[in-house]
Amino acid sequence: MVDLRVELAGTTLKNPVIPASGTFGYGWEFAELYDLNVLGSFSFKGTTGAPRVGNPLPRIAETPAGMLNAVGLQNPGVDAVIAEELPHIARIFQGPLIANVGGFSLEEYAENCRKLTACPQTAILEVNISCPNVHCGGKNFGSDPTGAAAVTRAVRAVTDKPVFMKLSPNVADIAEIARACADAGADGLCLINTLLGMRIDLKTRRPVLANRTGGLSGPAVFPVALRMVWDVFEAVNLPIIGCGGVSSAEDVCEMMLAGASAVEVGAANLKDPFACRTIAANLPAACRRLGVTKISELTGGAHR
Amino acid sequence: MEKTILTLEHIRRLNVDTYELVLSGDTSAMERPGQFVNLELPELFLRRPVSVANWTEDGLLLLVRAVGVGTARLTAAEPGTRFDTLVGLGNGFDPEERGREPVLIGGGIGLAPLYALARRMTGLGLTPMVALGFRTGADAFYLEEFAALGCSLFLATEDGSLGTKGFVTDCVRAHIPQADYAFACGPTPMLRSVAGLTQLAGGQFSLEARMGCGFGACMGCTIETAGGPKRVCRDGPVFRKEELKW
Repeated sequence: MVDLRVELAGTTLKNPVIPASGTFGYGWEFAELYDLNVLGSFSFKGTTGAPRVGNPLPRIAETPAGMLNAVGLQNPGVDAVIAEELPHIARIFQGPLIANVGGFSLEEYAENCRKLTACPQTAILEVNISCPNVHCGGKNFGSDPTGAAAVTRAVRAVTDKPVFMKLSPNVADIAEIARACADAGADGLCLINTLLGMRIDLKTRRPVLANRTGGLSGPAVFPVALRMVWDVFEAVNLPIIGCGGVSSAEDVCEMMLAGASAVEVGAANLKDPFACRTIAANLPAACRRLGVTKISELTGGAHR
Repeated sequence: MEKTILTLEHIRRLNVDTYELVLSGDTSAMERPGQFVNLELPELFLRRPVSVANWTEDGLLLLVRAVGVGTARLTAAEPGTRFDTLVGLGNGFDPEERGREPVLIGGGIGLAPLYALARRMTGLGLTPMVALGFRTGADAFYLEEFAALGCSLFLATEDGSLGTKGFVTDCVRAHIPQADYAFACGPTPMLRSVAGLTQLAGGQFSLEARMGCGFGACMGCTIETAGGPKRVCRDGPVFRKEELKW
């Protein structure tokens, strides 16, 4: 029997597998396919103060071993999420829920977090300061230590729930941003968000995405994400949710050895709607092959 | 929606770049004409959504035009090839809502879901009128198959080499003035023209979009409609005329 439980800043998950925000909606589509309670948690679609329609189409482009998206934080807004989506989620998932929060100002981040803190379902707040697809918000805060610290402080001031800052890989030194978040009171970090990229259509000679650029995800980014988790694990003493290109139970173990306490699975859900369930089901065997009886022992194992 | 393995049984070339594929496997998730499947192809990260042109209990018919890397790979597959496939995606056409004189209007490869619809309608004892547009006569395909269902066929080509010279909407205006309801699938400019036909009281339009997942999770194909943002893959691909903003 392998103990798959992991801990994130005081919250215990039954296993380290978490569908990543933006690849799982509010869970409905997947709950029609399997019981979501096999998951450690799930991080729901990034939620902003006002409803957002998102970017014009096309929003999706294929890449070698991955994809670009430029959805642009389409969501119904925090009040609708609380009134309509959370009650529905309560029926399909009873485990600890990660509320993914977006924003365009310090005040908006704080207000969204305050509202979601009041919901008993919220176990962890995951604060997105790294969306590459909105032009006047998120990513500016996440691209320098001062902005990252300012959002962390603003959110910290309004919540007693664990605050995980979701970091951008589109920076020179992610460890520096991580330290700034830690010093400002973050309880944990989630990394990485998508890498900024683009494709050009040879027939039209124009960018494929209407937004011109989009965020790269999928197996292509796994080594980049792994290296960044490694760097951040060395730099700060906070639990890390590793995210980026995870597609198998072995990838989960590798991400944990680099320093992750839990792992988010993103693009893999879009290719295979059963990906998270399959990965969770394969974890015990993967651990046994590594000679591990408690999966949490893997965290940071490659640094020792 | 069902995730299943489909096996390619037959492949037949219909014209220079259009193919008919017959696949076998579990089709129990198919409910309506106009639904689509999402096929996983070797070495490509994203699945490829393809409209279903007909189905039986254990088989699917797809009509595919090789236009990009995915469709080229799919149409080069040998019989016996197995595809991991999501079956029964999207809402599909509702043949119960059809006005007094429905016409099926297709442009090029967009005729695929209309063939499934025509078969279902003939099953209901209806023989719908079908108007199809192609660039040239050499691009036309599946005319005998529609005719075999007993449908009255109206054709248009841009160069006049087959049927009415012009667009399929010109053909509908000139030859089927009594039609008051459209089931349409084709390129967006064609759909926009169909929506502009004043003779139509209503219609159902099947849209195409680049998709991420194909089942509603990624919001990669959301359009703005009269009823708010809708996902082409999940809330569509078929939308009512009054829902669409052109």
